[in-house]
Amino acid sequence: MNSRYEVVIGLEVHVQLTTKTKIFCGCSIEFGQSPNSQTCPVCLGLPGALPVLNQQVVEDAIKAGLATNCQIAPHSIFARKNYFYPDLPKGYQISQFELPICEHGWMDIETEELGKKRVGITRIHMEEDAGKLLHNESNSSSVDLNRACTPLLEVVSEPDMRSSEEAIAYLKQLHQIVVYLGICDGNLDEGSFRCDANVSIRPWGQKELGTRAELKNLNSFRFIKQAIEYEVERQIDVIEDGGEVVQETRLFDPDAGVSRSMRSKEEAHDYRYFPDPDLLPLQVSADWVERVRSVLPELPLVKLQRYQDEMDLPAYDAGVLSAERPVAEYFEGLVALYNNPKVCSNWVMGEVLGALKEKNLEIIDCPVSPELLAGVLQRIDDKTISGKIAKTVFEEIWQSGKNADQVIEEKGLKQVSDSGAIEAIVDEVIAANPGPVAEYHAGKEKLMGFFVGQVMKASKGKANPGMANQLLKKKLAG
Amino acid sequence: MKISQKDVEHVARLARLTVAPEELEALTGQMDAILGYVDKLNELDTEGIEAMAHAVPMSNAFREDELKPAIGIERALQNAPVAGDECFTVPKVIE
Amino acid sequence: MKFHNLTIQDIRQKLNSGELTSVELTRVCLERIKATDDKLNAFITVCEEEALAAAAVADQQIASGNGALLTGIPVAVKDIFNTLDVRTTCASKILDDYVSPYDATTITKLREQGAIIIGKLNMDEFAMGSSGENSAAGAVYNPWDTQRVPGGSSSGSAAAVAAGQVVATLGTDTGGSVRQPASHCGVVGLKPTYGRVSRYGVVAFASSLDQVGPVAGNVEDCALMLGVVAGYDPADSTSVDCLVPDYLENLKTGVAGKKIGLPKEYFIDGLDPDIKKAVNSAIETYRQLGAEIVEVSLPHTDYSVASYYLIAMAEASSNLARYDGVRFGIRQDSGDGLIGMYQQTRTAGFGDEVKRRIMLGTYALSSGYYDAYYLKAQKVRTLIRQDFHDVFEQVDLLLTPVAPTPAFKIGAMTNDPLQMYLSDIFTIPTNLAGTCAMSLPCGFSEDGLPIGLQLIGKPFAEAEMLQAAYAFEQATDWSDRVPEL
Repeated sequence: MNSRYEVVIGLEVHVQLTTKTKIFCGCSIEFGQSPNSQTCPVCLGLPGALPVLNQQVVEDAIKAGLATNCQIAPHSIFARKNYFYPDLPKGYQISQFELPICEHGWMDIETEELGKKRVGITRIHMEEDAGKLLHNESNSSSVDLNRACTPLLEVVSEPDMRSSEEAIAYLKQLHQIVVYLGICDGNLDEGSFRCDANVSIRPWGQKELGTRAELKNLNSFRFIKQAIEYEVERQIDVIEDGGEVVQETRLFDPDAGVSRSMRSKEEAHDYRYFPDPDLLPLQVSADWVERVRSVLPELPLVKLQRYQDEMDLPAYDAGVLSAERPVAEYFEGLVALYNNPKVCSNWVMGEVLGALKEKNLEIIDCPVSPELLAGVLQRIDDKTISGKIAKTVFEEIWQSGKNADQVIEEKGLKQVSDSGAIEAIVDEVIAANPGPVAEYHAGKEKLMGFFVGQVMKASKGKANPGMANQLLKKKLAG
Repeated sequence: MKISQKDVEHVARLARLTVAPEELEALTGQMDAILGYVDKLNELDTEGIEAMAHAVPMSNAFREDELKPAIGIERALQNAPVAGDECFTVPKVIE
Repeated sequence: MKFHNLTIQDIRQKLNSGELTSVELTRVCLERIKATDDKLNAFITVCEEEALAAAAVADQQIASGNGALLTGIPVAVKDIFNTLDVRTTCASKILDDYVSPYDATTITKLREQGAIIIGKLNMDEFAMGSSGENSAAGAVYNPWDTQRVPGGSSSGSAAAVAAGQVVATLGTDTGGSVRQPASHCGVVGLKPTYGRVSRYGVVAFASSLDQVGPVAGNVEDCALMLGVVAGYDPADSTSVDCLVPDYLENLKTGVAGKKIGLPKEYFIDGLDPDIKKAVNSAIETYRQLGAEIVEVSLPHTDYSVASYYLIAMAEASSNLARYDGVRFGIRQDSGDGLIGMYQQTRTAGFGDEVKRRIMLGTYALSSGYYDAYYLKAQKVRTLIRQDFHDVFEQVDLLLTPVAPTPAFKIGAMTNDPLQMYLSDIFTIPTNLAGTCAMSLPCGFSEDGLPIGLQLIGKPFAEAEMLQAAYAFEQATDWSDRVPEL
């Protein structure tokens, strides 16, 4: 589609923070409450009310900045962005314009098509969200200000992306980072991670950027991809038809798969930014930055590498285990107790994630803790149980919450390692299967697996499979 | 002239005000006189002078991330010119 | 009973001794308001029932020995302070029916000290004006001459005290709005250092300049009121966390050995001769009281009006955007859609002066003009603050006139806003610099109009400024005169 044109994409992401209270007042930001029930004079924009900055928002902004390799500004200020809209109670949005808290960052992204690439992050700034407009059937709209004054970080990228794939890779990685940092719940449906895309095209080789369109209302990764691709096609059509792309804001309609211009009847926006006299400048000392850095979690890309380099895990395992912070924490908790990363990985990716998926649970709610699971693995190591029985033990622990030893004891699952008892079963199996025995003797040694299986079956899984194997070999040879 | 009638109308639109045609000339004249007067600031060389946004040079006023009780829906809506369904009602917004 | 010559502390004693009850005192105030407010129009709202009920409660508290500084004493506040469940109009049609769901921090502090809020005072709409004429509730009249303006914007705050309606009031001062009406009405008015008193709950005009200040009949009451409302407020990010001294404690310290500066830029040719005479005589009094008088210079004074109005209007244009007919206030809607509703509401709701300032402020911030107007004004503001910083290295206090003329006739400047703005020349620089200043009576004109003296103190040195004011008040009898109504 872009044989003659290069696509240029820059992204602006609004990350809603997971603070308890709003950015400038003590109202809750809980989602889904009765309209206007979470409001006060400050977020209602009542005459005389004044904003006071929530310190946690600054902490979160510093975290996001450090995780995206930004410089944290020692001095930043808040500004008023002035415009009238019913969901904007004060008639201005408090944001940062000149002197944002974070600037000059980057993230490395990877796509199958184009490989690794560094995307610049222009700035990250703090701002307040607007309220919600509900469009009624009648000739009116309703305003709910619960969301007004909710803390947001706006993360603005450089126009460094060249395809919708890269845009999605960037967004997914940013999403992963802010969720990992614990500063955003990442819920796209509730609008906790919202994206505007600036899209333009230019003939290959041209230095200057083409005129861009800003795409709004992109609230799922799939829609973002669709919207960008639709926009690129649209711009190519406009140019090929001899037209010119106009700078405008376009609203994507995911149902129709098309975007339409939000042509404002008003003159071009003039936001009349100026420093907010109600809020003091923000000074972030080097000490403060270091304090935040010291409590920053290890980020997913670093983990991914470490799992491969230090734990010798395959790339696939490392990817699955590092993708979400709670999974990584579970896995690392397990490895700390049972130092065989590959075995741990197999169990976490197999039994644990499988069972969670089946029961529709989050790993944070997993009834089998890393401690309990490590207990199971140790019992395999000391040959108390077989790998197969271990799965039964795991299920029992899941149900009862008891530890491995209790389950093994109560259910009588201890592996039989008594050579006399196993020998008796081996003898029975040989006696009961003359046909396979003959075939074995005729050279079909693959049948060993069959015999071992029979022994295990007869012992209800409790026979030590190694011993069974040895005894079978001995008896069949004799 | 520092400001034209057209400028005044433009500024009025930005500020969501309307100026009656019969008031436009007088208002433009008053605004022009005031803007003409404030032009005297240009007599001063302010190269390298910091802009002063606050009367007292301070920084970092914070609040803890602690919940405070909301004022309640009834209080929130008590002054609304038009309200319904626990919301403020406004003329239809067309995006 | 007349308050005249009684301080708040005198009344406190009478209440405590049982010689007077709060209910009696409140009735006296209410009657005085009824008797005089037809002529003055100082009040927008009088809370008769609430005040009498509160007075009855106060009497019980006093009887049981639980009285605080202001228990049972009626005060009134400019209608710019949010007062829970009482109408707060800011003298604007746009807030005509607005009943606040919360108290301003300063109102809370008054209530904590037991004050009875007897009513809300008239003012220039949104505190924009120097005459008390820009009010949706009608102009306020000067108690000394009802043909004349009382000054503004805290017009009612000064007129009510001058007329003996209440002992003390609160106003706000953005460019002289407490001091200038205090001067025109012959009472004491103080603008604290920016950050000294919380702005939370005070309807904003120009956020970086607004400051709450008391008006009273004498320096002691002014000091007491300041002590009640001053102090750090975590709800106002610009309030300053520094110790509030007991302003009454060392009030009688005197001015012997103090260095008082006379900024030469304030003693200009255009100064009214009566004012010149009264101020010169005040200078002589201070010399006799042992102060050292020196001439100093604030070289950027001439640029302060221009810098001030640009900053104040720019901030106001943004502060007044919230009056949009959505959440509170009046709405005008003839069905032309959202933008039509906004325009009709704001055009009908705001008075001419407010609209003029919103438009000038919008212009000063708009694309292409920001640097030339707003940013330039902020830079000049830095120079003006530096002037004060430099001069306070040399002297303890400054002494100047408050206004270039005594109170002018109603309507004299209505059609010439620029001329009106220029009359704030002596009060504006301290708002820009952020420091404290006050006005106190220092004489009368040939026409019998009060003349005020301005003292300007170092930042957060209100105590020292009050001591100098007290010394002057004790040495003269200007505060003893009362208007006949």
